[in-house]
Amino acid sequence: MQEILEILEILEKNGRASVEEIALMLDKTVDEVQAMIKKLEEDNVIVGYNTLINWDKSNKETVVALIEVRVTPQRGRGFDQVAERIYRYPQVKACYLMSGGFDLTVIVEGKTMKEVALFVAEKLAPLESVVSTSTHFVLKRYKDEGVIFEENNKDDREALIL
Amino acid sequence: MNLSGMIKPSVKNMPPSGIRKYFDLLNEMKDAISLGIGEPDFVTPWSIREAGIYSLERGHTHYSSNAGFVELRRQIAKYVKRKYDVEYDAEKGVIVTVGASEGIDLALRALVGPGDEVIIPEPSFVAYKGCTTFTGATPVAIELKAEDEFRLKPEQLESALTPRTKVVILPFPNNPTGAIMTADDLQKIVDVVKDRELVVISDEIYAELTYGKKHVSFASFPEVKDKTILINGFSKAFAMTGWRIGYACADPVLIEAMNKIHQYAIMCSPTTAQYAASEAISNGDDEVDAMVREYNRRRRVMVDGFRKAGLDCFEPRGAFYVFPCIRSTGLSSDEFCERLLKEEKVLTVPGSAFGDCGEGFIRATYANSHENIVEAMKRINRFVRSLK
Repeated sequence: MQEILEILEILEKNGRASVEEIALMLDKTVDEVQAMIKKLEEDNVIVGYNTLINWDKSNKETVVALIEVRVTPQRGRGFDQVAERIYRYPQVKACYLMSGGFDLTVIVEGKTMKEVALFVAEKLAPLESVVSTSTHFVLKRYKDEGVIFEENNKDDREALIL
Repeated sequence: MNLSGMIKPSVKNMPPSGIRKYFDLLNEMKDAISLGIGEPDFVTPWSIREAGIYSLERGHTHYSSNAGFVELRRQIAKYVKRKYDVEYDAEKGVIVTVGASEGIDLALRALVGPGDEVIIPEPSFVAYKGCTTFTGATPVAIELKAEDEFRLKPEQLESALTPRTKVVILPFPNNPTGAIMTADDLQKIVDVVKDRELVVISDEIYAELTYGKKHVSFASFPEVKDKTILINGFSKAFAMTGWRIGYACADPVLIEAMNKIHQYAIMCSPTTAQYAASEAISNGDDEVDAMVREYNRRRRVMVDGFRKAGLDCFEPRGAFYVFPCIRSTGLSSDEFCERLLKEEKVLTVPGSAFGDCGEGFIRATYANSHENIVEAMKRINRFVRSLK
């Protein structure tokens, strides 16, 4: 069990870690690690291997908005069905059910603010169960997925002579 | 005026550090990887740094009592009880020092002088010998052996003891070998020292960094608790080297003596660091666990790398050092390290820097990023193969 958590910890930080490397780090055989990762993928514990990109430094123009959505839950299906109708759109990068003053957090990505606003006006807001939306545009990402974007990782330790 | 003639002999005759030349070379290099510095590459966890900053914001910039804030001493006593099952009087049995190093120096200065002998198992941290020499006492080395997994054997200690022995230093988990002493190993040492008139300085600064086996404190053996000075600190476990904050726990008689020197030399440890240490010791466990898991992975990668390069490598169970034997290369430790640095730009430290019996070994630390370790092991492999 401890190894499973460690594999996840390693892969969460570095999706490119090879099976061989992980085996070495955990003192396991390559076959053992391979089998554990396969099982984790099959069980949807590992659901994907993404790359974390600071798009602000690329040429691509993107706009991201966080939208608070209030919805009416449906009898027998709760929030799941309306959530699904929302998260199926490829523009939706993330969708969470929330506690508190609203129900769903929907993260939407588009090329321009207008594009995102139109998506909200034309696709999200008109949905039957959606009561209201409130759109907040992201101005700057400082940290995402546990990674600080502008961190200086240079090793500047001075030598201590002993 | 002949200033150099003013320097007292024990200081003047202290040879310069054997590893300075490597760091001088390193400074001139690009793309060199240093496996030389014995400190965590991790930055102090944010909550600890934030506690230091907050104390400054509130204007807590004054002295503390000489032995350290009583609240921090209480937390230390609680921590030592929780972690190592040893009880100390927070008010009289704990002193907060400027790093564990000051604790070692205070203990030696309080206890020994000319005519006394201090037993130092080697290879080990170089300050034991240095601090002993400055007091005028005589350091007596015990050579730990690779075949004993660099543990101190009771026979070795027995035969080094003389009527002049006043202090025995126990440096485990060990820098530079990574050796640890199990409860059984320690019990045998307890049996040797329990009825003798001497003090044991147990330097347990790497106590939190053990892999597979939980650290056992020498002070946790009731037969020897009163003659043991437990030295520990925040540098290694909490990645707080630059804060310079450590502590010593012992019988109030010993702490009072150490505090006398501390009060004249230091007055009190830096208070910003004490506030930060307070946060570390009360809320830092999860961060420490995460760092230990990471060190353990790197440790395996490094041991495997040395073995694949064809070097005998004892499996270290503590600290963050690997201590492979390089005799098969036909080079001395010094030659090996110098050539490795010049030819492959990887800095390691010759074992001989940690005592004569360290000759034939080198020390490499895995307190460096996984990527750097992988690259360094590649270079070391190439270097060792080029020697054949």
